[in-house]
Amino acid sequence: MTSRKVPEKLIEMTKENLAPRQPTTATTGLSRFRRSRRVLPGFLPTLGGTLLFLSLIILLPLAALAIKAADLSWADFWMQISDARAVATYRITLTSALLATLFNVILGVWLAWILTRYEFPGRRWIDAAVDLPFALPTAVAGLSLATLLAPNGLIGQLFAPWDIKLAYALPGMVTAMVFTSFPFVVRTVQPVLADLDPQVEEAAAILGAKPRTVFLKVIFPAILPAVLAGATLALVRSLGEFGAVVFIAGNLPFQTEITSLLIYTKVAEHEYEAAAALATVVLGAALAVLVVMNTIQGKLYRRLHG
Amino acid sequence: MSALSAFFPSAAPEAQRPATRDTPWLRWSLTGVALLFVAGFLVIPLTAVFAEALRKGAEVYWAALVDPDALAALRLTLTAAVIAVPLNVVFGVAAAWAIAKFDFPGKSFLTTLIDLPFAVSPVIAGLAFVLVFGLQGWLPPEAQAELLAPAVARELAAIPGLGWALGGLAEWLANPRIVFAVPGIALATIFVTVPFVARELIPLMQAQGNDEEYAALTLGANGWQTFWRVTLPNVKWGLFYGVVLCNARAMGEFGAVSVVSGHVRGETNTLPLHVEILYNEYQFAGAFAVASLLALLAIATLILKSLIEWRLTLNREQNL
Repeated sequence: MTSRKVPEKLIEMTKENLAPRQPTTATTGLSRFRRSRRVLPGFLPTLGGTLLFLSLIILLPLAALAIKAADLSWADFWMQISDARAVATYRITLTSALLATLFNVILGVWLAWILTRYEFPGRRWIDAAVDLPFALPTAVAGLSLATLLAPNGLIGQLFAPWDIKLAYALPGMVTAMVFTSFPFVVRTVQPVLADLDPQVEEAAAILGAKPRTVFLKVIFPAILPAVLAGATLALVRSLGEFGAVVFIAGNLPFQTEITSLLIYTKVAEHEYEAAAALATVVLGAALAVLVVMNTIQGKLYRRLHG
Repeated sequence: MSALSAFFPSAAPEAQRPATRDTPWLRWSLTGVALLFVAGFLVIPLTAVFAEALRKGAEVYWAALVDPDALAALRLTLTAAVIAVPLNVVFGVAAAWAIAKFDFPGKSFLTTLIDLPFAVSPVIAGLAFVLVFGLQGWLPPEAQAELLAPAVARELAAIPGLGWALGGLAEWLANPRIVFAVPGIALATIFVTVPFVARELIPLMQAQGNDEEYAALTLGANGWQTFWRVTLPNVKWGLFYGVVLCNARAMGEFGAVSVVSGHVRGETNTLPLHVEILYNEYQFAGAFAVASLLALLAIATLILKSLIEWRLTLNREQNL
C-alpha cells in the first residue's frame, strides 16, 4: 500500500465543506427574519405596513390613554376609580353583563343544538337570522327595544299591570346586552357540535347510557371549551356595550348607569383624567376576562385532546 | 390561538342524522320554543323599526329622510365608510399575507393585537383619540394646524381654481381639526373595524397554503402577478365577506363615533348619532325613519352574507 500525498489544497476544501455553514449576514435583529430563505416576496413590506398601521390606529391612542391615566397620582387615581358613583356603575355593568352572558350560554347552546341536529322547515332562515345582531347597528337595536319594552310599548304593557319595569331598569339593560351578544355562543358552539363524531354517542348509547347521560357526560364536555369561548366573547362585548344600552337604561346614576356611559359623561365634562382612569379599569377587566377564560379553555382543550 | 378568533362564523353545515336520535317530542318542543324565541327576539324588534317609522304615514317618513340634517348625516356615514373600508381592505390583505404566508417570531402576539379592538369598549376607543388629538392631547388643534396648514393649504389655495374644486377640503386644510370633525370620526371608525377583513382572510389563506403561489413563481410570475392572478382569486369571496361585515360595522358604529363627533347637527353627525338626537328630542317617527335606513343596511348585509356563505360552501365542495 503506497501512501499518497494528499494535496494541501484538497484538505482545505474538504474542511471547508465539512464545516458548519455560517450565515453570511451578521446576526442582527432583522436577519433573524431572513434566516430561512423566503421564496414568496413581500414579507417585509406587508409586515412593516401592518405594524405601522396597528401602531398608529391602535397602539398610539391606547398609549395616550395609559399615559393620561398615569398623569394622576396614585391617590387621585384611586379616588377616581373608587368613587361611589363609579363603583355603582361597576356593580350595575357587571351584574347585567353576567346575567346576559348566563342567558346567552343557555340560549346559545340551545339554538346551536337545534340548528345542527334537527332538520325543520325554515332552518336556513333561522340560521341566517342569528347574525342579525351583528349586522344591525346597536343604536337601532337600542331604539327599537326601548320602544317595545317601555311601559306603553308592545311588550312593556304586558308587564306594566304587575308593576314590572322592563325599560329603564335592569331587565331592559340585560335584554339589550343579550341582543347584541347572543350570536357569539351560537357561532362558537355550532361548528363543534357539527364535528362531533356520531359513533361516540352511539357507543355510549349501546353501553346503556340514557340520552341525558349521553348529553352530560359525552356531548357537554366536548362542547364546553367552545361554550366558554363564546361566553368570553359575549361577556367582553356586554361589558363594553354602549349604543344599545344607553337607549334603554334610563341612565340614572347609582341605578341604571353603566361604566361606559360614566366615561362618556366625563369626556363631555372635559374631565379627561377621570375618564382615562375609569377606562383603564374597564380595559383591565376586559383583558383579565380574556386571559382567565383563555387559560381555562386551554386547560380544558388539553384535557380533551391530550 | 385567541378566543376572539372564533368571531367569524362559517357557513352552517348540513344537519347531520345521528344514529341516536332524540324523541320527536323533545325535538319539536326544543325547536318550537327556540323558533318562538327567535321570532320574538329578532323579528319583532326589526319589524317594529319599520312599523314605527311608517306609523304617521309615508309623508312624515319621507320628510324625515330628506331633512337636510338627515341627508348630511347620511353623507357623513357614507364618507366614514368610504375611508374606513378601503383602508381596512389594504391593511387586512397586507396583514393576512404577512401572517398566513410566512413564519416569524411574535406572530400570535400580532394576531392578538389585530383582535384587540373587539375587546375595547367603543367609548374607550373614542376617548383614546380625543386624548391624542383633543385640546389637551398630544397633537392639539394648534399643532395640527402648524403641521398641515402652512405647508399644504397655502400652496393648494395658490393654484387657481383648485381651492374652489377642493371645496370643503381646502377649507379644512386652512383650519385642520381631527377630533370633533370628520377625520376623527373616520379614525374611530377605522379603529373599531380593524379586525374584520384581516380576521376573515388569515384563516382562509392559511388553509390554502403556499403551493399555488410557489407554482406561479416557478413559472416565472413576479410577486404582483402572483398576488393578483393566484392569491386574490382564491380568497375573493372571503375578502368580500370581510368587506360586507366591515361596512356594516363602519356605517353602524355608535359609541366610538359619538365620543369624537362633537355632535354638530348637519356637520359631524352620522346616521346612528342622528337617530339618538331625534329620539332625545321626542321625534320618534323621525328617529325610526332614519333607523329604518340602517335596518335596511342590516338586511342587505345578511342577504349578501348568506349568498357569500353559499358560494364558499359551493367552492369547498368543488375542491373536495
